[in-house]
Amino acid sequence: MSGDTRLKLPGYQRDDGATHPPLLSPGYKSTVLRAPSQAPILLPHTLTEITGPLLGAGRVTAADADLTKHPDGEATGQRIIVHGQVRDSDGRPVPDTLVELWQANAGGRYLHKWDQHDTPLDPYFTGVGRALTDSTGRYRFVTIKPGAYPWGNHYNAWRPAHIHFSLFGRAFTQRLVTQMYFPDDPLFAYDPVYNSVPEAARSRLISRFDLTNTVEAWALAFEFDIVLRGREQTPMESLT
Amino acid sequence: MSETPSQTVGPFLSIGLPWPDGPFVVLDADPGGFWVRGIVTDGAGDPVPDALVETWQADPQGRFDHPDDPRGAVSGFRGFGRCPTDDTGRYAIRTLKPGPVPGPGGAPQAPHIDVSVLARGLLHRVVTRIYFADEPDANAADPVLLTVPPDRRATLLAARDDEGYRFDIRLQGEQETVFFDV
Repeated sequence: MSGDTRLKLPGYQRDDGATHPPLLSPGYKSTVLRAPSQAPILLPHTLTEITGPLLGAGRVTAADADLTKHPDGEATGQRIIVHGQVRDSDGRPVPDTLVELWQANAGGRYLHKWDQHDTPLDPYFTGVGRALTDSTGRYRFVTIKPGAYPWGNHYNAWRPAHIHFSLFGRAFTQRLVTQMYFPDDPLFAYDPVYNSVPEAARSRLISRFDLTNTVEAWALAFEFDIVLRGREQTPMESLT
Repeated sequence: MSETPSQTVGPFLSIGLPWPDGPFVVLDADPGGFWVRGIVTDGAGDPVPDALVETWQADPQGRFDHPDDPRGAVSGFRGFGRCPTDDTGRYAIRTLKPGPVPGPGGAPQAPHIDVSVLARGLLHRVVTRIYFADEPDANAADPVLLTVPPDRRATLLAARDDEGYRFDIRLQGEQETVFFDV
């Protein structure tokens, strides 16, 4: 490295244990053989961790944020606007960051070879969206409200309607993949994926019905703010 | 503000996350490039066909294209790779060997690649690091590897093979890969 003598690094906060689900959550059966059995080893936040991919420019067009439009037609279902702000836990907006989204169609079926749910695919709906947040960390998608769908976890298991979100933030430490749910879903009580999250944190996964941003005679709106891990408050680590 | 909790990518992550150029941190034609290949397996030893492997690393000089690097950003190297596993649990990333990056206290770290693994059945990502078995001296002094119990360090070493390096990821059980709390 160069002759720098005092490199200060912005460390990131550590998981507080009250936010994310435990990897082993036996109600969600797939965790049983996939959750590591050994405790993770503390990784210091070095340059590799406090940097990260700043992607998206050149990868995303405005059309990628509208999932309802297909070259040959329009997707079927309840049209919705999903929007929100990406911030870190210090309240700082995260601008210009890539937001990736995927979801089932209105009937609750994914465009995937393994999804054989007995409901039709929609030829005009792929269920994939991408957007960059603007200079204030805001994003906006137009899509179709996804349906609930059955899965094989247990007898009569149905996932509540949800949209998958993937975010990078600006550092390797901030990577987050999550699911956005809709208000008042009666399936919440029965869903082991939703309920894997510590109870006090679950409501952060539920979007808010947003009458203000509803477009008259065209689309309902839901607001989903996303909070990534913030910086450490304590003095930063020194490299020297 | 309270952080948003993580949820699993589920079985259908390949709808939304792969990119055509995802595995190519560098192009096939770029000099010095090699493949890092491996298989992701579960606690029964079975392949995991619905995982995504993501990588993040410095360039061969140990620099990042990132404004938070106090040494300054060096553009031209994406540093990021992503590859979904196939039906047999395999992934492949084409990249270059990273240079040394300063670690805690400023001492150099051995060449390493940060890895996130996401999958159905993982309620949040798990993080590991690829080190290179053909860097024994640097590895012996690496401040992170030294915190790993000696009998588990081999799970972090990518071994040289014909096309590059082999790095398998065992999520659980015998020879379980070392995962880090980031």
